[in-house]
Amino acid sequence: MKEIILIKDGELALKGLNRRNFEDKMVATIRRRLKGLGKVSVERAQSTIYIKPVDDDFDFAEALDRMGRIFGIAAFSRACVCDKNIDDILSKAPEYLADTMKSIKTFKVEAKRADKAFPLKSPEICREVGGALLRAFPHLRVDVHNPDEVITVEVRDYAAYIRAGQIKGAGGLPVGTAGRAQVLISGGIDSPVAAYTMAKRGLVLNAIHFASPPYTSVRAEQKVRDLLSRVARYSGVIKLAIVPFTEIQEEIGKHCPEDYFTLIMRRMMMRIACRVSESDGCLGLITGESLGQVASQTLPAIAATDEVCTMPVLRPLIGMDKEEIIAISKKIDAFDISILPYEDCCTVFTPKHPHTKPKKGQCELAEEKLDIEPLIERAISGIEYSYIE
Amino acid sequence: MKRVVYLDNSATTEPCQKAIQNINHALTDVWGNPSSLYDLGFNAQMLVDDTRKSVATMLKCREDEIYFMGSGTEANNTAITGAVMSRKKRGKRIVTTAIEHPSVLETIKRLEDDGFEVVYLKPQENGEISVDDLRAAINKDTIFVSIMLVNNETGAIQPVKAASDAIKAVSSPALLHCDGVQAFGKMPINLSELGVDLFTASGHKIHGPKGVGVLYIKKGITIKPLISGGGQEKNMRSGTESVPLIYGLKGAIESLGNINENIKKQKELWLYAKNSLLDTNLVVVNSYNDVLPYILNVSVEGYRSETLLHFLEAEGIYVSSGSACAKGEGSYVLKEMGFSRNRVDSALRISFSNNTTKEEIDALKTALISATQKLRRSVK
Repeated sequence: MKEIILIKDGELALKGLNRRNFEDKMVATIRRRLKGLGKVSVERAQSTIYIKPVDDDFDFAEALDRMGRIFGIAAFSRACVCDKNIDDILSKAPEYLADTMKSIKTFKVEAKRADKAFPLKSPEICREVGGALLRAFPHLRVDVHNPDEVITVEVRDYAAYIRAGQIKGAGGLPVGTAGRAQVLISGGIDSPVAAYTMAKRGLVLNAIHFASPPYTSVRAEQKVRDLLSRVARYSGVIKLAIVPFTEIQEEIGKHCPEDYFTLIMRRMMMRIACRVSESDGCLGLITGESLGQVASQTLPAIAATDEVCTMPVLRPLIGMDKEEIIAISKKIDAFDISILPYEDCCTVFTPKHPHTKPKKGQCELAEEKLDIEPLIERAISGIEYSYIE
Repeated sequence: MKRVVYLDNSATTEPCQKAIQNINHALTDVWGNPSSLYDLGFNAQMLVDDTRKSVATMLKCREDEIYFMGSGTEANNTAITGAVMSRKKRGKRIVTTAIEHPSVLETIKRLEDDGFEVVYLKPQENGEISVDDLRAAINKDTIFVSIMLVNNETGAIQPVKAASDAIKAVSSPALLHCDGVQAFGKMPINLSELGVDLFTASGHKIHGPKGVGVLYIKKGITIKPLISGGGQEKNMRSGTESVPLIYGLKGAIESLGNINENIKKQKELWLYAKNSLLDTNLVVVNSYNDVLPYILNVSVEGYRSETLLHFLEAEGIYVSSGSACAKGEGSYVLKEMGFSRNRVDSALRISFSNNTTKEEIDALKTALISATQKLRRSVK
């Protein structure tokens, strides 16, 4: 039987004038993500997007899988294509829906008739289809209030579609509708989750990672690429900048008081990240900070790092518990990679007693002996860019 | 092209010319299935048997006591599981050391989970198991003893013969297994005198290819195989024999030269390395003087192993660290020997081959000095 995928916009339906623009971005993303699966046509009608395979060898299962990772889609479903006559609908419905019907006890039928020329009215369609299903699956009962499943029959311009229920989509807003931001990515559990969470709200992602060879290894870098790959399955291509950070860490080690190492390091990272963001057209930074997780993530510490930023810093995990973060990490398949033991921000430079509540002005004092500007320039000039898909 | 000073020969070795030639020959000209009844098969079987002869000659044992497997790890698994299962009705105790290779320890741990009692003998400061501890642990209830010949981290030579004597002294039914992977080809081994029932070796530590292991099973000992199937290797290891790799091992054995002369040369080189490094005043030595002179374990206190490793790597020098990562998983062998956390975290294992030169050692020394000047000390 011929099948299509039906996609309903979620939050999109609420956006008014922006709606067209959002829809355009989402359709473009859908088309891009379907590449390589076979010839397919993507059409829109009202608030529904139809994905119609043209070839017989279209990889339908993979397409469904990928639809589940497109932001902006609240729900989608697979539907059987029927000719626009009730006989064809009645003959296909029981066969197509067999697996579903066998696993439930109650159902109801809803019909949508976009083509007013169709001979049967919606209530009649419901009765006919409902009857056919009851005859084919005698254990079923109709429950119009609280059914196990809702069977929908849609009659449109060129065909009729039968579907059972819907698959929950990734939610969020289409990638690209909120602009571009840069995520500070370490190899840990949090930053990939933060990246995913902000991509979900429509941001295109750039990423920036600080490497300190020989204190950190090539494997740590590979880990970052692998993590970003996982995020990219949802967010689309990510431009990655790897910043050579060894000199800065060594200079901090030489010239700054030990208990400020981590704070100064983060301030330097933010300074560099802001500059790189600006030149790459990003409107904000994203970090995986969650309040109180480690010493550098207390409010005063966060204030100390925000001090040197010239653009908003989005911290989507700020109010989340570790378990919640881990749950998302597992959902996007990043957890197993995150817990691989290759350190990135090297622990060689971790102070024994890091300062957790720096007062205003103390960080500046601690940074006094650092020749900040040339250090930043040298680091930025050594950046290596790549694209992660 | 970056220079390569390869000092990690206990991890693996560069395959020698003869090994590669042998592998090529087997792949190109003698590719039949050794089990086939016609001449193509027979010729392939010949290559396997020729290698068996070489191994037996080298280890001073019978040809029919040598079996080929896929790796040293597989040989260890086969030996340990097979031996314990064959003796389980006669006792419950297994004696081994805390410094065995993971392929031994993990296999024994699984048996421990199944209810066997395991004694893990701790090493002394010199990295060797004490003979008194051995004697105390081996009792009438002991059915299996596994003790390596040379420890892979420190090079310390273990009292295997003493274990054999101890077993006889209490008339224990125990079978004695010896993991000889680090010793094979690097010191004279006479299996008919060593007193072991099972012995393991591996090809890729002596300039042979990866993918071939050797298990010696003393005549008269019967153990069940791990892998069932077509019955190859007298049923000890079913599966079509890896003729190219096995024949490659023969090439490696032929290229070893005179083991006694090699070891004399190595002792000189080892002392040169130890003294050069001590001269820097940056290094403490973790391997005692009478270890197998192919392995030298040192600590560059104040600097994390992995950081040093990557620094040396950038200079084209390759050594091993005990730690898998900066998260502090230092060598359990060094920990068992009682070294401090700092010393364990900064440990480097340097392992030589018969081709290592004094110049290479000098390069290592220079690079280590440079590392301590350039790198930040780990804050402790």
